[in-house]
Amino acid sequence: MTAVTNAPPNERSHGGQAPPPPKRRRLGDLKVAMIFLLPATIGFVVFYIWPTLRGAYLSFTEYSLLEAPKFNGLDNYDRMIHDSFFWNALVVTLEYVVINIGVQTVLAVAIAMVMYRLTRSITVRAAILLPYLVANVVVALVWYWMLDFQVGIVNQGLTWLGIDPIAFFGESNWAIPTIAGINVWRHMGYTALLVFAGLQTIPAYVYEAAEVDGAGEMKTFWRITLPLLRPVLVMVLVVTMIGSFQIFDTVAVTTRGGPINSTRVIYYYIFERAFTRFDFGYASAMAMVLFVILAIVSLLQIRLLRAKESDLA
Amino acid sequence: MRKQLSVGRILAWAFLIILLLLTLFPFYWMLRTALSNNTALAGNPSSLLPVETTLGAFKRVLGLSTIEEAQAQGGSGASVNFWLYLRNSVVVATITTVCQVFFSAMAAYAFARLRWPGRDKVFAVFLAALMVPPIFTTLPNFVLIKNLGLLNSFAGIILPGAFMTPFAIFFLRQFFLSISRELEEAAMIDGAGHPRIFFGMIIPLSAAPIATLAILTYINSWNDYFWPLLVGQQENVRVLTVALGVFRSQTPQGGPDWAGLMAATLIAALPMIILFLAFAKRITNSIGFSGIK
Repeated sequence: MTAVTNAPPNERSHGGQAPPPPKRRRLGDLKVAMIFLLPATIGFVVFYIWPTLRGAYLSFTEYSLLEAPKFNGLDNYDRMIHDSFFWNALVVTLEYVVINIGVQTVLAVAIAMVMYRLTRSITVRAAILLPYLVANVVVALVWYWMLDFQVGIVNQGLTWLGIDPIAFFGESNWAIPTIAGINVWRHMGYTALLVFAGLQTIPAYVYEAAEVDGAGEMKTFWRITLPLLRPVLVMVLVVTMIGSFQIFDTVAVTTRGGPINSTRVIYYYIFERAFTRFDFGYASAMAMVLFVILAIVSLLQIRLLRAKESDLA
Repeated sequence: MRKQLSVGRILAWAFLIILLLLTLFPFYWMLRTALSNNTALAGNPSSLLPVETTLGAFKRVLGLSTIEEAQAQGGSGASVNFWLYLRNSVVVATITTVCQVFFSAMAAYAFARLRWPGRDKVFAVFLAALMVPPIFTTLPNFVLIKNLGLLNSFAGIILPGAFMTPFAIFFLRQFFLSISRELEEAAMIDGAGHPRIFFGMIIPLSAAPIATLAILTYINSWNDYFWPLLVGQQENVRVLTVALGVFRSQTPQGGPDWAGLMAATLIAALPMIILFLAFAKRITNSIGFSGIK
């Protein structure tokens, strides 16, 4: 281990900026690095890179798991265009994402603002984070019970208020909003903590200046807090939205796609195609489309909301 | 002006308190239902206290009561053994966490503390994997695990997550970068090699972030449903989340065993709640920008 190099003050700077060093120096710690990277690289190649390539290939094949995949060109994609279940799945997923992310983001910003103004208590923050640490499956089942048509506590409460009980999971119009709401309950605390962390990056002098200028609460929020929070909000939106598109667990243990396809979200439809019909090629093609959709959504958000630039500059 | 402000504060407090109640109530309701007698539940759906308080539901899902006892309290009588599923979850989450964190730490060391050509490019490639949605790699991974004959084995459930995740490497690299290089150089002059620096210096100095990452990894692995559902259906390797799904689908449509179901969800949730309470401060504070996941 003779490769003692003098570190530049900035650790993140690239290694190769100095004039061409002798070979030994140029390779640096390559040998040691290879040993340290070996396990992670095996995992990365076998369970990330290889399946990504294989998934792309499978999307152009007919594959039932029983015999080798048969290349069939763009057939899967052609089939997808004419598959009304696929389009329904996309629409249902989109409906879910819009409700889930819309409600969750507004609530999270509200919660973060309220916490920011009222309390830094770690107990409060921990309490609102708690649902996020419990499995999706657990959360789904608890709400499945609480929202039960006959004996669920929520419908008991509605009846007590004089409202007719609602078949939250049994009626097509209610199923997606219900599932979206359940996941808002699970994620809003976590999202609020991300926004809360963002609020703390806004320097106090900006608020002081606003106060001196006589700006009221609302005006300060719309004109100062929200614009300065934008880079954080974009990151939060990208991350939560990518997660939201992948809704599966809640559907799988409650409605299983029903009633009448109203909750057959794209992830669930892919799962059904692959694991109950053994239609792996078609399922891979749909996963590919989902991949592309997610990439476009993230890029658009980052572009449209100019994530990198802060208004504070 | 001052009065208006205080009205606003009262409203804000009210909002926060309602929110906390909404957040915590389902946990209470889980407990209340789990401690109830299922046959009596339907008659008293809005009682805030357990109905005919009993540990029957827990005994039932832990496989400790006879079929007759279970059916008398509204259970389905099907044999369920959440002890076994609990053990399976512990096995899967523990091995996954230990391997994933350790191997990711090794990789993070190579990316943060060693100098070699192409380092930052390789790191970027690792990070890019964060962009690929899990379902896309899950289908081929299932084929791979199936071809390896590892369906319904712990190895099959654990392997894909055992080596690394891009997030874990990214997370640890950040902390490793912040350790001063002088310390490392002093150790090297004393003749310490890389293994000694890694185990004797970097890991102890990063104990706090490593612990945070390990806790988060454990929770995620414990809560995972999709992958174990695909590769670990059989009872001997079935983890809690999968078992809950099965239990829910076995429950009769007419008179579901709600008490049993809630007892089972509590068994699945409680270890994570305890883990969280023990490390609440550490976990809560870790949710910031490095915590985006």
